[in-house]
Amino acid sequence: MTSATTAHSVVEPSATTRRFAGSLVVLYAVITMIPLVWIMLTAFKSPDDAISYPPKVLFRPSLEGFCNLFTTRSRQTPEFIRSLGPPQGMCDSIARDRNMVVAGPSNYVPRFINSLIIAFGSTVLAVALGTLSAYGFSRFRVPLKDDLLFFILSTRMMPPIAVAIPIYLMYRTIGLSDTRLGMILLYTSVNVSLAVWLLKGFIDEIPREYEEAAMIDGYTRFQAFVKVVLPQATTGIAATAIFCLIFAWNEYAFAVLLTSGNAQTAPPFIPIIIGEGGQDWPAVAAGTTLFLVPIVVFTVLLRKHLLRGITFGAVRK
Amino acid sequence: MNELSASSRITYRAVMVRPSVARRVRGLSDKTLAWLFITPTIVLLLAINIFPLLWTIYLSFTNYRANRANVPTIWLGADWYQSILTDPDIWAAMQVTAHFVIWTVVIETVLGFGLAYLIDKKFRGHGMWTTIILLPMMLSPAVVGNFWTFLYQPQIGLFNYVVAFFTGRAASSFQMLGDVTLSPWAIVIVDAWMWTPYVMLICLAGLRSIPDYIYEAAEVDRASKWRQFWSITLPMALPFIMLAVLFRGIENFKMFDMVNLLTGGGPGSTTEVASITLKRAAFESWRTGYSSAFAIILFVTVFGLANIYVKALNRVKSR
Repeated sequence: MTSATTAHSVVEPSATTRRFAGSLVVLYAVITMIPLVWIMLTAFKSPDDAISYPPKVLFRPSLEGFCNLFTTRSRQTPEFIRSLGPPQGMCDSIARDRNMVVAGPSNYVPRFINSLIIAFGSTVLAVALGTLSAYGFSRFRVPLKDDLLFFILSTRMMPPIAVAIPIYLMYRTIGLSDTRLGMILLYTSVNVSLAVWLLKGFIDEIPREYEEAAMIDGYTRFQAFVKVVLPQATTGIAATAIFCLIFAWNEYAFAVLLTSGNAQTAPPFIPIIIGEGGQDWPAVAAGTTLFLVPIVVFTVLLRKHLLRGITFGAVRK
Repeated sequence: MNELSASSRITYRAVMVRPSVARRVRGLSDKTLAWLFITPTIVLLLAINIFPLLWTIYLSFTNYRANRANVPTIWLGADWYQSILTDPDIWAAMQVTAHFVIWTVVIETVLGFGLAYLIDKKFRGHGMWTTIILLPMMLSPAVVGNFWTFLYQPQIGLFNYVVAFFTGRAASSFQMLGDVTLSPWAIVIVDAWMWTPYVMLICLAGLRSIPDYIYEAAEVDRASKWRQFWSITLPMALPFIMLAVLFRGIENFKMFDMVNLLTGGGPGSTTEVASITLKRAAFESWRTGYSSAFAIILFVTVFGLANIYVKALNRVKSR
């Protein structure tokens, strides 16, 4: 679309227009970033700095939030603390300044690991199933193809809570409640619709002639799929995988209703990190920051595919 | 690919085919393979989406309670549906939902389209700033929504501080989450913050799809910029804007996670959107039959509205 002529085209905005548009967009971006920057700043504040008024932009960085995130502490008398040996590690010495001792690790790491296992497990499954179905829908004459594709999409219109009621009962009956496997299957079923729609778009763009040439060379259809189509679709598969990963990583409604301990992921856990007398905001912010960092990285990696992914491929750039 | 050209190509290539490959059988037929590829997905969706949906429909006609599984289940017919549709609390929840959906969609569409229009001016560095603007929508609504309760704290929150700074009121004089009139707006603000970039992204795709030559023709005809916007830009971007409205409308009608963490439906039930009512009925008072009926009503509503809307969208597209 962009040719050499557009540079001199009458439709190019003037330098003033550009500067004006640019400054408005930058203003919006800066305002919209404030809450995210604030999360990161709060993660490095001491509890007193976090709740000071007026809010502090400059403060002495502290790792107390991270310590409180990863440990549980118990309050002790100064005499008892003095009777202990020297503090074990930085977190212990921070806790002792507040008349507490580190009692043990918190649940954050297990919850984070659950998030990793469930997100990656469901992503791998959803992408594998999605790739197969997308290829089937793209290349073969399937009866009721449009109806099936619409059916796959419509499963996303159900409110998660509406699905959660029978899933809860079903999982309770077959022993999948509060298990990682149950959550993986559930997230796979939600993600597979996205995966089919996205990957069908990507596979539609690979010329059929490639496989046909391979099949003439003696490959079976399946070999042609594995050796010709899959390598061509790698970018699409990677983009789809990251979208599935982001959904499963961020999901909250199913997680909070269907898991309680064993298989609980980080999103339902982070809001219930509490300290003495209410939420321990530096710890919550520290947990949030660690939880958000992977997604920020993925977003930057994914920016070219974003539009397709969030609209089920309904809009192509 | 039809048989004729394929077979002629086979004869042409026969010389080049390696013997081992030529001896190999053709493998599974396309039809078998098609079903092998598609069936697992369909089975999974049937097991984890359709079977539960049918179960919900069944439960919605019974007095079943998930916390009292031993009580014999009685068939109630359409009793729940009748009592839900005449329940003032349900209508109150639907009104809260409507307020939330309409205002978020309006604000996100205006801001999102405006931003897309500005970004389409291709100022220097627009790629980087676009990526930055997109960040909020990629993050977990629950985890970030939870943090907004901190920003909204009347004594110490940044939001209240900023508002107080610009309006001169005392920061502790208003409570975004505790006030009956302000809390519906508190959830609208967070949702707009998160999802405006989404609308922006779709609108941007729409604006970029308008070919330059149309504007060039308009320039030749001496159409003013104002006229160009109303006669070219807006009509041609309209299908995209409508698509964004559809996606946001469906998502916000189902909204649960962000609102649950920000207000939990409170104070009282002023921010109790439909999903929160559903959760309270299903998982707090354990009225499984009742909540199943409500879930079905919600699903049918979303599905029906979405279908009507898609028809309108297709009419605009084909214009």
